[in-house]
Amino acid sequence: MLYYIFKRVLMTIPVMVIVALFVFLMLRLSPGDPAAVIAGDYATAEDVARIREQLGLSEPIVVQFTKWLGQLAQGDLGTSIFSNKPVAELIAQRIEPTMLLALTTIIFSVLVAVPLGTLAAYRAGSWIDRVVMLFSVGGFSVPVFVLGYVLIYILSLNLKLLPVQGYRSPFTEGIGPFFAHITLPTLTLSVIFIALIARMTRASVIEVLEEDYVRTARAKGQSEFKVLMRHALRNAAVPIITVIGIGIALLIGGVVVTESVFNIPGLGRLVLDAVLARDYPIIQGLILFFSFIYIVLNLLIDLSYSLLDPRIRY
Amino acid sequence: MSPILDIRGLTVSLPKQADRPYAIKDITFSVNAGEIVCVVGESGSGKSVTSFTVMGLHDKRALTPVAGEILLQGENILNASDAKIRRMRGEKMAMIFQEPMTALNPVAPVGDQIGEMLEIHTNLSASKRKAKVLQAMRDVHLPDPEKMYHSYPHQLSGGQRQRIVIAMSLVLEPVLLIADEPTTALDVTTQAQILSLIKELQERRGMGVLFITHDFGVVADIADRVVVMQNGEIVEQGPVDQVLGAPEHPYTKMLIAAVPSMTPPEREEVTGETALSATRLNKQYGHKGLFGGGRVVDAANDVNFIVRRGETLGIVGESGSGKSTVARCVMRLIDPTSGEVLIGDTDIATLREDKLRPHRRDIQIVFQDPYRSLNPRRTVGQSITEGPVNFGVSQAEALDRAKRLMSIVGLAPEALDRFPHQFSGGQRQRICIARALAMEPMVLIADEAVSALDVSVQAQVLDLLEDVRDEFDLAMLFITHDLRVAAQICDRIMVMRKGVVVENGPTAEVFSNPQHEYTKALLAAAPGHGTFDKESA
Repeated sequence: MLYYIFKRVLMTIPVMVIVALFVFLMLRLSPGDPAAVIAGDYATAEDVARIREQLGLSEPIVVQFTKWLGQLAQGDLGTSIFSNKPVAELIAQRIEPTMLLALTTIIFSVLVAVPLGTLAAYRAGSWIDRVVMLFSVGGFSVPVFVLGYVLIYILSLNLKLLPVQGYRSPFTEGIGPFFAHITLPTLTLSVIFIALIARMTRASVIEVLEEDYVRTARAKGQSEFKVLMRHALRNAAVPIITVIGIGIALLIGGVVVTESVFNIPGLGRLVLDAVLARDYPIIQGLILFFSFIYIVLNLLIDLSYSLLDPRIRY
Repeated sequence: MSPILDIRGLTVSLPKQADRPYAIKDITFSVNAGEIVCVVGESGSGKSVTSFTVMGLHDKRALTPVAGEILLQGENILNASDAKIRRMRGEKMAMIFQEPMTALNPVAPVGDQIGEMLEIHTNLSASKRKAKVLQAMRDVHLPDPEKMYHSYPHQLSGGQRQRIVIAMSLVLEPVLLIADEPTTALDVTTQAQILSLIKELQERRGMGVLFITHDFGVVADIADRVVVMQNGEIVEQGPVDQVLGAPEHPYTKMLIAAVPSMTPPEREEVTGETALSATRLNKQYGHKGLFGGGRVVDAANDVNFIVRRGETLGIVGESGSGKSTVARCVMRLIDPTSGEVLIGDTDIATLREDKLRPHRRDIQIVFQDPYRSLNPRRTVGQSITEGPVNFGVSQAEALDRAKRLMSIVGLAPEALDRFPHQFSGGQRQRICIARALAMEPMVLIADEAVSALDVSVQAQVLDLLEDVRDEFDLAMLFITHDLRVAAQICDRIMVMRKGVVVENGPTAEVFSNPQHEYTKALLAAAPGHGTFDKESA
């Protein structure tokens, strides 16, 4: 087991190098002078020259890559072209809101979706099942920005229950304001994850309920509730955990729209700003960072399998 | 004395779209204390529906009891509340199932699964529960219960798992035990042990046992009384000696007659040319670790045999004996580790795939499970003609051949346009045989080809295999765990155990004068040996 973890951690190194190579080539292989591309349409010749110098674009490509890798290995993700701040620092500043929003969303989604999905599976074919599945299809279909503005309109503007936008840190500004501000984006984001997780839970539990050992549990005189809890859910957990893990990864990497709608200064906003400004070092740094998060999450998901199912041993 | 279980006029209806209105109709029988009642019948007879309805575990969406009553110690189960039935399960009645592999929860330690029974129905403290669980495990003769308590089901053998299920069902000392084909999925020697365990526990505790089986050998070994079911109705019931010794209903007579005899018929030695031979065949699984760790299993170890045209060689053994590994090596479905496999005079053991392909048609196989070995989305005709067409036969000629083969295997040629799900298990096995024959092979391998079939169908398919072997002058390799079947069809027999051939000889000799201890044990363990084969003893 320890050996397996060690092996998996070592394996992340070549994966990260390959990701780094793609990130590196992305800029260099785009047509035209990358410095000119970065500088944009209204740049002067001096601007382009400054950028070329800053990115070290005049050196041979292999030297550039090796140098860059060396910097990466020391945790140096480069420097933003526009703000001139280290990329690592920019990312660090934005992690907190994104991580906390991902956390609240996934916790809320799991708390709602797993019971809903289990109930739908247990009563498969009934009206409860149909309502849950209808909600699930609806949840997939409604775009996040539509849902976000609708929720703002109802809960904030009409009912005045919650603040419209913004973010308050629980560490510096207190728990109360944090929850007041995080509730709406959490609700908005949760809808699609509840839909996804509930569907997966339903499918997985339906399959498990057909198994012989569920029949055995009933033959013991076990109550239906405990049949579901003790025998069905744990056996159904592997696909559900997988979806939850993918969900977390998506939440950390891809909540650009939600963060824009609710004006949250998180990584999604940083992505948006960097793309609009063509700030390539930030984009590169973010891609590498997200890749790293995905790899770590995947490892954690794989390890969780062996906790859930004694037949899976590494 | 009133019976423990009294089923009176029980009728259970099927949904409207089913092929008959009732799963079971007007069933009446009883089980007394200290008595084993066997309900015997073929698939679709309603025997399992009967047992599951007693436990209240029938599929409630499809099956509805519409008439009659089920009295457990005088109390009608059909009128009891859900809570009441749940209390009765485990306390008064318990059930053991066919598949010990899947009947236990794979993610919970077996000790906890037995303990759950006590948790549900008693207020015992955790330490008292554990003591009781360990005692129950000792009662079913499990080795080292303290250690096994924490094992997971996948770490135990099939026989051990079935003992766990039995310990679980009996820990609360119910008055009625329902056993639904509890030994069907087990090897013969394990089956004999589990049967004697059930009998031992039943005698010691004086409980009633409702035992569901399709196997008359098992009936002969264990039953006090027998209930014979056909198409959802009881056709005959009575004491075991009467039903087996002097059956009255033609269906019972047919079933008993269809049990293959353990006495092989006289056979002449076959002297045709050698079609298939294996020399020093080895197959190893796993590999040595870098530091001497790892595990190597000899699935087949130094296996030698020849099969002549017109001859049937049986390979007999239990699970893990290597019999299927040998069949797969000979087919080159898996690659042998070493050794020679000659088909005609070509060694195919190490041929590269492209060189091997032309020889594939010479050796064909019929698998165990006719429900899964035909592609459900292709018509039977497409399945049969696909092979010959791959080898350059024109579509028209292949179709012609398929039609001829359909009538040879006893099916209508028009049925070629239908899909597999429109056929019964026995018919599908006939289709699989036709599919194999369409390649005009020299060698036909039957890998447990009749094991999944009801006895009456089994006899017909065995006859068919023998017919086509003679008609096409095939060399047949017949893989089976069933000694009765082997006795009927094989000219010679090889007995395998743990990858090694322990005995080898003409069928009649092996049965009448077994040399190896293991062969003797296998023969002794065959169910119903004392009842059906008195004349041979």
